[in-house]
Amino acid sequence: MESQLPPLQIVIPLVAAPICVLLRNRVVTLGFAIAVCWATFGVSVALLDRVLASGAIVYEMGGWAAPWGIEYRIDALNAFVLLFVSGIGAIVLTFAPRSMGDEIPASRQYLFCAVYLLCLTGLLGIAITGDLFNVFVFLEVSALSSYALIAMGGRRKALPAAFQYLVMGTIGATFILIGIGLMYMMTGTLNMEDMAARLPIDGGVRTTLVAVAFLTVGIALKMALFPLHGWLPNAYAYAPSVVTAFLAATATKVSVYILLRFMFSVFGIEFAFEDLALGRALLPLALLGIFVASIVAIFQTNIKRMLAYSSVAQIGYMVLGISFATATGLTAGIVHLFNHALIKGGLFMAMGCVMLRLRSVDIEDMAGLGRTMPWTMAAWVVGGLGLIGVPATAGFISKWYFIQAALEQGWIIVAVLVLMSSLLAVAYVWRVVETAYFREPSERAREASEAPLSMLIPTWALIGATVFFGLFTTRSAGVARQAAEALLGGLP
Amino acid sequence: MFASPLLTVLVVPLVGALAVGALGARPNAREAATLITATTLFVLVAALVPEVAAGGRPAVELFEVLPGLPIAFELEPLGMLFALVASGLWIVTSLYAIGYMRAHDEENQTRFFVSFAVSIFGAVGVALAGNMLTLFLFYEVLTLATYPLVSHHGTEKAVRGARTYLSVLFTTSIGMLLLAVIWTWVIAGTLDFRPGGILAGRAEGGVLIPLLALYAFGTGKAALMPFHRWLPAAMVAPTPVSALLHAVAVVKAGVFTVMKVIVYIFGLDLLSTTGVSEWLMYAAAFTILTASIVALQQDNLKRRLAYSTVSQLSYIVLGAALANAWGVIGGSMHIAMHAFGKITLFFCAGAIYVAAHKTEISDMRGLGRVMPVTMIAFMIGALSVIGLPPMGGTWSKWYLSLGAADAGQLVLVGVLMVSSLLNIAYLMPIPVRGFLFAPPDGPERPAIKEAPLFCVIPICFTAIGCVVLFFYSTDLLNLLQPLAGP
Repeated sequence: MESQLPPLQIVIPLVAAPICVLLRNRVVTLGFAIAVCWATFGVSVALLDRVLASGAIVYEMGGWAAPWGIEYRIDALNAFVLLFVSGIGAIVLTFAPRSMGDEIPASRQYLFCAVYLLCLTGLLGIAITGDLFNVFVFLEVSALSSYALIAMGGRRKALPAAFQYLVMGTIGATFILIGIGLMYMMTGTLNMEDMAARLPIDGGVRTTLVAVAFLTVGIALKMALFPLHGWLPNAYAYAPSVVTAFLAATATKVSVYILLRFMFSVFGIEFAFEDLALGRALLPLALLGIFVASIVAIFQTNIKRMLAYSSVAQIGYMVLGISFATATGLTAGIVHLFNHALIKGGLFMAMGCVMLRLRSVDIEDMAGLGRTMPWTMAAWVVGGLGLIGVPATAGFISKWYFIQAALEQGWIIVAVLVLMSSLLAVAYVWRVVETAYFREPSERAREASEAPLSMLIPTWALIGATVFFGLFTTRSAGVARQAAEALLGGLP
Repeated sequence: MFASPLLTVLVVPLVGALAVGALGARPNAREAATLITATTLFVLVAALVPEVAAGGRPAVELFEVLPGLPIAFELEPLGMLFALVASGLWIVTSLYAIGYMRAHDEENQTRFFVSFAVSIFGAVGVALAGNMLTLFLFYEVLTLATYPLVSHHGTEKAVRGARTYLSVLFTTSIGMLLLAVIWTWVIAGTLDFRPGGILAGRAEGGVLIPLLALYAFGTGKAALMPFHRWLPAAMVAPTPVSALLHAVAVVKAGVFTVMKVIVYIFGLDLLSTTGVSEWLMYAAAFTILTASIVALQQDNLKRRLAYSTVSQLSYIVLGAALANAWGVIGGSMHIAMHAFGKITLFFCAGAIYVAAHKTEISDMRGLGRVMPVTMIAFMIGALSVIGLPPMGGTWSKWYLSLGAADAGQLVLVGVLMVSSLLNIAYLMPIPVRGFLFAPPDGPERPAIKEAPLFCVIPICFTAIGCVVLFFYSTDLLNLLQPLAGP
């Protein structure tokens, strides 16, 4: 049983998805899907434990040895990604039943569960596999299902948002496919480890360069790296709250993982960061993204949209960490994947609570909400402090590593810029705090009551985790450090 | 209760905050909880004095936040002094706050007292911190816990003031102090406070000067110009907050941090041999004089006191920057001396507001005849802040002048003298107008109308404290002696 954990990670949610369609009954389906998500989370916990205890796990699908068959290859990095993707997936779905109430028609909720599980399968599949084409397949599984999830809100604005995401996402996926195709053309293999050994990189083979270019742009589109982030704000703002919470915390993070895997495990640090100097291309984009998106966030009136822009900025931080290509820089980037997933997941769930009671996420309607929904807004404030990076929140740990990484390189200006950007976060977070606590309640806020416990508990679980991982970091930054060192040392 | 008395000390104000919150519906029980917590805290802190005075350094390490960087606490003389001052004056301020808040019928009193207790938790944490990470953590706890106190009234003016407060404190701490801390970590590989410092032999002047600047300006709570604006802005808070937090706990946490960094991160030897801190002496001197001059022009009493605080804080920064024995001892001693003097002045300002509803100095003519006790106390506090005997403030200024002379900085001795004159010029008009001028309208000898007893008793207590400190300064001197090195 234990040796079958890698396929179970994927098979459980994959098989459960069509069962949801067969079950149909709303209550039964939801209960079933939540149970499946938690089981998936359990598998990933077991996987991470095994990887940390005894090193990387390799699993050959169907007993076919690589490079002919598909292999799953799990080291500290992807075990860590699997863990937080499945964890967030489980918590968000637990939060979903009440939150979906108004946003998704009851008759379609069984479909929601099925698509949600498919999306989860896709994201986990990307993280777990050691096969390039398999990455693409899972990428499409997750992408197609996320278009459906976003459109499911049924609000008018959700449809163009989903369509925009569909177009941009497809372009991104196509670019990735072209990149993989070019690499396959040159090596005849799709296995990552095999590819890393065979890919001609010396002397600047043009096909390789083109492949790197397609892959980088494609992945950048998928992870919404500035200036390819155009699809993200609308998609996050108009999707149902549950979907936003889930996608914001997981989807772009998995794309960052793909970037890490390709650059460090397939192309190798020497080729990508010394010969091609990819770091020098990513660093300015990351910094620009951080500043532009943070400044745009300050002026948003739709708070979900504001958080979406903040997400674009946070992707900038992760890419910044990667662009250093040092152990500390990668640790910063990887731990921020995790920390930001917790923070943003928690914040969007708090927004879900607001949406449920106010039927709006406009800042004007949130005036005075601190009085009528104290627990929801308190969660929001703690999450906001995490975004700023106040000590004793997870965001502080990320920031510490980013600055340490910059200073180790002697790049004081980068360190100063990172710190200045967190002041922009103060600006957009505090705007909401002042509105919610010091303004006279709006009409909607006056009538609002506190969100139900079934939503508050999952929200606070994530928000509590941001505080926990702000103090106890062996299971976050510690694992990230291990993953970073493994990446710098090549494939496991 | 815990393995270490330090943890007990830390937990008490937190438990107090919870108790105060739980008793919110019963004001008398709630206030009793505040007083019991404050007293317990003071007793526990005071119980540690003999050990620290004898050279003991109680320490405890909790867990590692980052590899090699634990949350750790260690009590040394400077922290002892700060903890003692903050916890002792909390009792007095609690009494005062009860009188003040009730006389004013303020809203949200439970939130007020809970935030107050959490702020004290932050201040005590700063005092006990055993490394710079722990100190930074509690420094930010203090920033956040005081935010609801500054914005307490919830009016537009209060929210705006609180916004200035938070933005200056966050800009400095996140933008500069954190950078300094991480930079130190990258250079030295440790953030522990060690006698003699951790930077000696690890960094050159080209790094040390910007690093010191980041620490000095990044500690926004020390209100070194041009990062002082938050302090006058914080005056929108109810007076007890201004008294304890913005004359004692918050601002002293700032100068305490600067002093701690100079003594235990840089080390006095490193600074005195390299002259890295010389510019800081002049930056502090500039703040001392400029803030005094600004204070002269303020008609609002609380604002005048706020600028006076800005000026006085730089005395302590100056003492630290001198980086010699007398400078450090004088600066540290000024933490206690100024605390008693300034809290008295703020208490008086609040009492005047409660009893006579006056906030502007120009309206205070003849007030000494209506509120004689308050005005006499104000006079005592003012004399202590100015530094005239027989008030405690005399000694700290004396040692600071000695330190400046020792460092061969005669100009700075002059600055200290001129500043004392300026102090006289902006503080003495208030009692002078109060006692010697006739009230603008009404009878020549109006009836005495003091603030409620809850307000007057704390005022008398801190005023007497100013005098007592004059006679017991040797004890402080003995406690602080180890700071100057063996």
